[in-house]
Amino acid sequence: MNRASLIFAALLAVLVPLSLLAGRVWIAPWGAGGAAGPANAALILAELRLPRAALAIVIGAGLGAAGAAMQGYLRNPLADPGLFGIAPMAALGAVASFWAAPLLPPAIAAWSLPVMALAGAGLGMAGLALIAGRTASDAAGGAGGGIALFTLAGLMLASLAGALTALAITLAPNPFALSEIVMWLNGALTDRSWREVAIAAPLTAAGIAALALAARSLDALTLGEEAARSLGVEPARLLALLVTGVGLTVGAGVAVAGIIGFVGLVVPHLVRPLTDRLPSRLILPSALAGACLVLAADSIVRVLPLVTELRLGIALSLIGAPFFGWLLLRMRKGRL
Amino acid sequence: MLAADNLTVTRGGRVVVDGLTAALEPGRITAIVGPNGAGKSSLLLALAGLLVPAGGAVTLDGGPLAALSPRVRAQTIGYLPQSPDIAWDVAVESLVALGRLPWRDRGTDHIAAALAALDCEALRHRPVSRLSGGERARVLLARVLAGTPRWILADEPLAALDLAHQLALIAHLKTCAHREDGTGQGVVVVLHDLAIAMNHADHVLVLKDGRLIAEGPPRDALQPEAIARAWGVTARWLGTPGRMGLVTGD
Repeated sequence: MNRASLIFAALLAVLVPLSLLAGRVWIAPWGAGGAAGPANAALILAELRLPRAALAIVIGAGLGAAGAAMQGYLRNPLADPGLFGIAPMAALGAVASFWAAPLLPPAIAAWSLPVMALAGAGLGMAGLALIAGRTASDAAGGAGGGIALFTLAGLMLASLAGALTALAITLAPNPFALSEIVMWLNGALTDRSWREVAIAAPLTAAGIAALALAARSLDALTLGEEAARSLGVEPARLLALLVTGVGLTVGAGVAVAGIIGFVGLVVPHLVRPLTDRLPSRLILPSALAGACLVLAADSIVRVLPLVTELRLGIALSLIGAPFFGWLLLRMRKGRL
Repeated sequence: MLAADNLTVTRGGRVVVDGLTAALEPGRITAIVGPNGAGKSSLLLALAGLLVPAGGAVTLDGGPLAALSPRVRAQTIGYLPQSPDIAWDVAVESLVALGRLPWRDRGTDHIAAALAALDCEALRHRPVSRLSGGERARVLLARVLAGTPRWILADEPLAALDLAHQLALIAHLKTCAHREDGTGQGVVVVLHDLAIAMNHADHVLVLKDGRLIAEGPPRDALQPEAIARAWGVTARWLGTPGRMGLVTGD
């Protein structure tokens, strides 16, 4: 545990109880459950607020860790795990499920969204590994450029998935399906239950574990691809761990909450100055900081006095886009 | 002994090292020289085990280098690329500590020794973005030394250094190679400056078009005839051994 991890773990410990109390119905921590009666308060906590907080933590942790690892792999502080094919492919899978669900028996249809989103993420991972993996293994033969190809393959997959998603939207069978799809694409944690937690938590944990295994190899990449290989890094193994880790964390997030942008981009930047800047020191604190950010943002959208709740994905992009601009300005001054 | 045995390397379909055979001894500085595009860097990468040969083999102490696991190879051979970008603005100590990655230990003593050997102790906590060119070159070499490799392979470590820093870095490499007790590391450097090769290397390989056209102690390998053949330049040496200067022109 380094300093940054301790800071964000402490912050998370403060945010969790706050987030449980906040919402349309405020629950007073002392005594009778505030505006709601004690029985209602217990129900709201156990069935609404707790799973929602757990899900925010799981998704934020996954996105934060994936962002830290992705920036380390691409040696680029502007890399966002959402940009590289996996999240758009997962979203495409989810959108496809809105088409498929009416054709399936109800028992299966209930699971079609997360399952198809995960299948989309899996397809994205396979596509990335297939294209970029060729050069990763060929790198020893002198082809090189494995990481550049990874970036291009990711962007290619992302734009393909984006186009197919747009196609699915324009061909939506009815206005109701259309609004379902559009709403869902702007991620949110509204009305989620323990079922979503049960889907996302194990996958995210496995993903973060894969990224942790890649951590020291990512450090070696600080010196470039050839120096990393001279330090014993095996490019094909690193690529496999990275694609698995990012695929599981981002895929699980999209499967249960839709697209939540900017967390993976922004969080490593908040954490980096608190560490010695090596990618390995960033992964755990970025997971914790991501959990804090998503939990805080989700609590805020819940209490904003709006007629319909602001979608979490929109809220985070509203914060994220100006931050991105500030980042670019700061980078021009060479402070990254 | 690190040796190339009828080594052929292709990159992007082009033959860059062409059936080259050479044996490199530990405990001395071997300079690889040659005109641009002669295949120096590719030869060095192949000797480091980072390029798979299209033909022939690289052997380490008689056994094929390719048979070593990447980790054991990394423990044995340290490779210093030509002025690499450092992706993150880490502190000098963290950067040097990367040299211990193949050993999976903290290696605190080795890191301290490497920092000391290259006079980098005062820089320990400085971010790499605030290093001068000379400091940066020393820190990058310290990263290789921290891994305590038996072989140090460096691609143009003197490029972009001023004269004083070139001499200082060469002096550091000499201390690595020349040890009284015979445990010196094998140092292989790609060089452009023939005078440095002449005055400081123990052994020189002259490459042209991927082939070895001269090899031996610097005074033998860097004869004016070899220089004319490799670079197409008329030149002669002036001065006394260890202080030779190259004069070009007729």
